[in-house]
Amino acid sequence: MDFQHNGDRQLLRETLGRFLSDRYRFDIRQKAAENDLGFDPEIWRELAELGFVGAMFDSRVGGFAGGGFDLLVIFEQLGRSLVIEPFLPTLMVGRALEAAGGQAELVGAIVGGKRVALAHDEPGGRYAFGRVTTTARAEGDRWILSGAKCCVAQAAGADLLLISARTRGMPDAPDGIALFLVEHDASGMALQDYPNIDGGNSADIRLTDVSLPPEALVASPHDGFGALKEARAAGLLALSAEAVGAMDVARDMTVEYLRTRVQFGVPIGSFQALQHRMATMLIEIEQARSAVINAAAAFDEGPSHARDRALSAAKYTIGRVGCLVAEESIQMHGGIGMTWELPLSHYAKRLVMIGHMLGDEDVHLQEYINFSRRIAMSNVG
Amino acid sequence: MDLRFTPEQEMFREEVRAFLREHLSPVVADKVRLGRELTKQEHEEWHAILHRKGWLAPHWPVEFGGPGWSVIEAAIFDHERALARAPLTIPFGISMLGPVLIKYGSEQQKRHWLPRMLDGSDWWCQGYSEPGAGSDLASVRTRAVRDGDHFIVNGQKTWTTLGQHANMIFCLVRTDPSAKAQQGISFLLVDMASPGVELRPIRLLDGSHEVNEVFFTDVRVPAENLVGEESQGWTYAKYLLTYERTGIAGVGESLAAFSWLQTVVARQIENGRPLAEDPLFAARMARVEIDLDNMQTTNLRVIAAAASGSAPGAESSMIKVRGTEIRQEITSLIRRALGPAARPFLADTGGEPASGADICHASHAAAEYFNMRKMSIFGGSNEIQRNIISKTIVGL
Repeated sequence: MDFQHNGDRQLLRETLGRFLSDRYRFDIRQKAAENDLGFDPEIWRELAELGFVGAMFDSRVGGFAGGGFDLLVIFEQLGRSLVIEPFLPTLMVGRALEAAGGQAELVGAIVGGKRVALAHDEPGGRYAFGRVTTTARAEGDRWILSGAKCCVAQAAGADLLLISARTRGMPDAPDGIALFLVEHDASGMALQDYPNIDGGNSADIRLTDVSLPPEALVASPHDGFGALKEARAAGLLALSAEAVGAMDVARDMTVEYLRTRVQFGVPIGSFQALQHRMATMLIEIEQARSAVINAAAAFDEGPSHARDRALSAAKYTIGRVGCLVAEESIQMHGGIGMTWELPLSHYAKRLVMIGHMLGDEDVHLQEYINFSRRIAMSNVG
Repeated sequence: MDLRFTPEQEMFREEVRAFLREHLSPVVADKVRLGRELTKQEHEEWHAILHRKGWLAPHWPVEFGGPGWSVIEAAIFDHERALARAPLTIPFGISMLGPVLIKYGSEQQKRHWLPRMLDGSDWWCQGYSEPGAGSDLASVRTRAVRDGDHFIVNGQKTWTTLGQHANMIFCLVRTDPSAKAQQGISFLLVDMASPGVELRPIRLLDGSHEVNEVFFTDVRVPAENLVGEESQGWTYAKYLLTYERTGIAGVGESLAAFSWLQTVVARQIENGRPLAEDPLFAARMARVEIDLDNMQTTNLRVIAAAASGSAPGAESSMIKVRGTEIRQEITSLIRRALGPAARPFLADTGGEPASGADICHASHAAAEYFNMRKMSIFGGSNEIQRNIISKTIVGL
């Protein structure tokens, strides 16, 4: 039993933390958040060159780490600095391609910083991860894609989009979902780009008879959903770790405010009403940290119900605690916590919005129950 | 980062399990699972079983009869004990007074009292709280006045757990009323058979006789029963309260209680389906199960920190608060699960409930639920713990 990170991961944490505190100060982050792409391509290039993208991937696909605790360390740091560079889409696209197999060169390019986005969610689908109505039909040796995708993170700045489309079956059937790699300027693809409340951009995408060559198919209708599930597993761990990093900073900011803000002639942290709210928040953050540790350990066990259950437990916990930390931090700051000017408010927004990505606390509570039942049944059988 | 125990620790766990399988009486385990009161004899027999194995006092140094366990081994033992529904060792002598005597007691006190704790000659109880000194423990008013080679004690203690079984009580008494709150307190060992000591039972809301009031009227206590120095009692009291921090989260107890909850909801049928399949109830259960899962790791983090020698900070207060909240929520769900059958308030029938119907009437679930409200009150109420957490982190 050892709750210290090994030397490599401590180094990873320190170097990434140092880079971000030098090069990604809050004002720079805010500037990046407001530019046309929703991130800063120059900083992204530097981050890739320094190996922080490669650290998300295994050496078999050209990375040099990629374990659950590597993702934990990286995303915790990203959360601390509220980084909006496209780490998450890169991780998810890379993991999907890795799971689908046969795309070593492309994963290598992604490790090198090639900009990608994952176009999977659809209008009206809410959090249903298996639902795909976008169609792909074969015409000669080409694939023709039609349909709509929404809330595609960092799509405008992406060179390549990984798009899920159905070749057969009902909208909710796991079988029949294929994955296609599409150039950002493909004919028939229209992007409507918009900023997110927590920084960065997303886009809605309309696909009108987008004609693709055979090599655009990177995961067959049989393998696509499995590859997406691996992408989602990595994404859940990443978001949960990012949330813990953001929580730690929101907590520090709020503790400092309680110490220094004076009302009625005393620091407001001397009031028990606020002390007890803070104590509850601290307990919840430590529980959230434990949930993410559990998830990272389970992640390394590979695909299984037990892994997915631990990921859902973490995402549920993060969804619940993230909201609590956001709301309590704003409340304890009072009016100033409502302002755009104060960095805290941006941490609060990110914490709440992480809950809206890849399933909220209710979705993951239900998934946790479902996985528990499957595990219980397989233990009986 | 590695959540696994070492192979040696896992072997130790197996040894503990084998020991519990061999020596724990099923009747006692059943009473523990249902939250029923054990008899004095059942407690004493369990202590004797542990003592014969040399496992009664996990935190004592070997020279005084401890097993020489590491912090992690002690935690493994306590975890397995709770999962097996073995009784908690009565803490007042072994876990509370013992470490105080080892650190602050005279040689004579150590030689006399420690072996008697191990072999069951003495049953200790705790004389801390008073009617006017609960969370505000430093305001104790029980007086001890020096009279030659004796102290004369007058006053009242309350919430004295299992005092009805005890022959000895350790007390916080005020020896210097002119000193400020914490400074005039001394730590005194009193024979319950002394003239002037009177014990009265307090009946709790679940009908149990668990706690008592103890009255002292001109009780003569030999001066050699003073622990450490006069007026330094608060230091020893604080040491006692912070001594054991690895069992405070009650993870093993909560896991055992959750497993009992799963049994109950599988047998409770509503509209032809087990309650376990009711979506709202399943959600309530999943929430607390996840919280408990997280707590298991939080607790291990605290144990690992203790094993590496770090000083206790706010963490033990954190796991006390959340650990007790989890335990209370599970007992609350067991009560809810029984529906209308939670109301019958029946005398102890004992034995293994064999069917769903028997669970209803042998469950004791509502009584246990009400009894467990104590978890967030004793050992420093959860509000006091939140004060401590906030003072440690915010510093105001």
